[in-house]
Amino acid sequence: MANGVTDWLWEAACACPAKTAFSDSSETVTYWELARQAASAAKKIRRMLDGEKRLPVGVLIGRNAASVTAFLAVAAAGCFYVPLDPSLPEKRLRDILGVVKPRLILDASGKVPAAVQGYAVAPLSELTGGEAEYPADAGIMDSDPLYCIFTSGSTGIPKGVLISHRSVINMARAFSTVLPIDESSVFGNQAPFDFDVSVKDIYLTLYHRARTVILEKSLFSIPKRLMEVLNRERVNTLVWSVSAMKILSALRTFRSAYPEHARLIMFSGEALPARILGEWQDVLPDAQYVNLYGPTEITCNCAYYRVNRRFADGEPIPVGKPFDNMNVFLLSPGGESPVTQPGEVGEICVTGAGLALGYYAEPEKTARAFVTNPLTKGWDERMYRTGDLAKYDADGNLVFVGRADSQVKYMGFRIELGEIETAAQSVPFVQSACCLFDERREELWLFYQADGQNDAALLAALREKLPSHMIPRRVRYFEILPQNRTGKPDRGLLRQTYLT
Amino acid sequence: MQKLYDILNENWPDIDFEKEEKLIDDGVLTSLDIVMLVGELNDAFDIEITADELLPENFNSASAIEALVKRLTAE
Repeated sequence: MANGVTDWLWEAACACPAKTAFSDSSETVTYWELARQAASAAKKIRRMLDGEKRLPVGVLIGRNAASVTAFLAVAAAGCFYVPLDPSLPEKRLRDILGVVKPRLILDASGKVPAAVQGYAVAPLSELTGGEAEYPADAGIMDSDPLYCIFTSGSTGIPKGVLISHRSVINMARAFSTVLPIDESSVFGNQAPFDFDVSVKDIYLTLYHRARTVILEKSLFSIPKRLMEVLNRERVNTLVWSVSAMKILSALRTFRSAYPEHARLIMFSGEALPARILGEWQDVLPDAQYVNLYGPTEITCNCAYYRVNRRFADGEPIPVGKPFDNMNVFLLSPGGESPVTQPGEVGEICVTGAGLALGYYAEPEKTARAFVTNPLTKGWDERMYRTGDLAKYDADGNLVFVGRADSQVKYMGFRIELGEIETAAQSVPFVQSACCLFDERREELWLFYQADGQNDAALLAALREKLPSHMIPRRVRYFEILPQNRTGKPDRGLLRQTYLT
Repeated sequence: MQKLYDILNENWPDIDFEKEEKLIDDGVLTSLDIVMLVGELNDAFDIEITADELLPENFNSASAIEALVKRLTAE
């Protein structure tokens, strides 16, 4: 292994050069062209970084094939990419850049935000020219980092999860061992490229020499057009976030059309209600449905459940059993002993090939989340504590129960409520803030104490700091926020009064 | 149609519905916003907005939404 995951690209470019690898609403890229562009850009990236490897390179992403080209170019240069959404609020982008401090940012979006001022930004299109040539050996070790994806952090600063080539290679092999993915697979990419659900679209496509259609974000607001695109492109494999499936269900999409060619439908990010699974099973009874489980820190997913029946309304769909090379188990609340009895609740802990290298430039946060497995005697085995609570069912499948902390899942994104509170409290006229999540209606609520009521100004200020999925849907002003005996906002009272 | 503008302004207080002409095309309203808006409109006006009606031309501006609601309430 000299070139990590990019070996798949070079091999595919020779084996099926004319085959389309990735397409978006305006561009189609063959394997040959993708390899040529990535190799050409990699050569220039190496030169710009004076041949240094294992450095972070930012990539301003769009819903386009160019973003994938940029990722692979960075990887082929022996560095790791950090996807950056240019539509993120300036403060959040600055926070991410402040952690990463990239010496180079590639622009694959055509939109250069103000936050990158002061950094070296190179348009990808200026790097991809040049004749085809065999890519230089990047001398990549499979333990080298491939990408760094940022997730919500409770202190207000997002955390960059650093994932190695080895973990992605393991993920692709593990998926392919148990799921029907091959060169005839056509993926319909729904997840944005700064969200790790999309990692599966990219690397399962390369591993199998398959094809991915990158779907415009706005198509999910126009379901009729979305179905037209899926059917025209003969998309047969979906790796979608549950939030996208909820949206299509709420918009009653299947009353007029459905993805006729879909044969493998994988979903992840949060629990899929059985009712929505049933809607898919009604229109596509022969498709295979797979529930995927796992946080970004273990490389996409560590467990899967192949749906083999219909589920009653309200019945939880299990998260299943571990993929190859991953060990997924439950630890008791104290974290010392295993939980093995069906029905008993424990925290999901993970060891194995998918574990992240850690949080980039955050040794303390890394040490807190990646600990030594207390069950392994004789050597130190790294273990990731997910903070997710689960139990075993009678068949030995894991069933998700809830969270051990204040993290919530909303639209498939992990959200630390503390991050929203920190952002609200940094708005000058706000004195105190408390954020709650209404699980039933799936709405974020923000309660705030301020000099005077100004919901619009508060929301406008939050939009400058937080991504759209973290903007509260409901805002309530208080002259004095109710407090508990310790002087903190009384979450119980607020929940009882407003959310039930 | 004051009811429509009340729904829009109450749920999205930081969007200027007088000026916005590309609510869908520019992603001002996300797919989740559309879900919420459709639910509110269906309830408030006793109509059913189907997936076939969910087109940019029906949702890009407040006046387009108003025209859609008027058409569906007349049917």
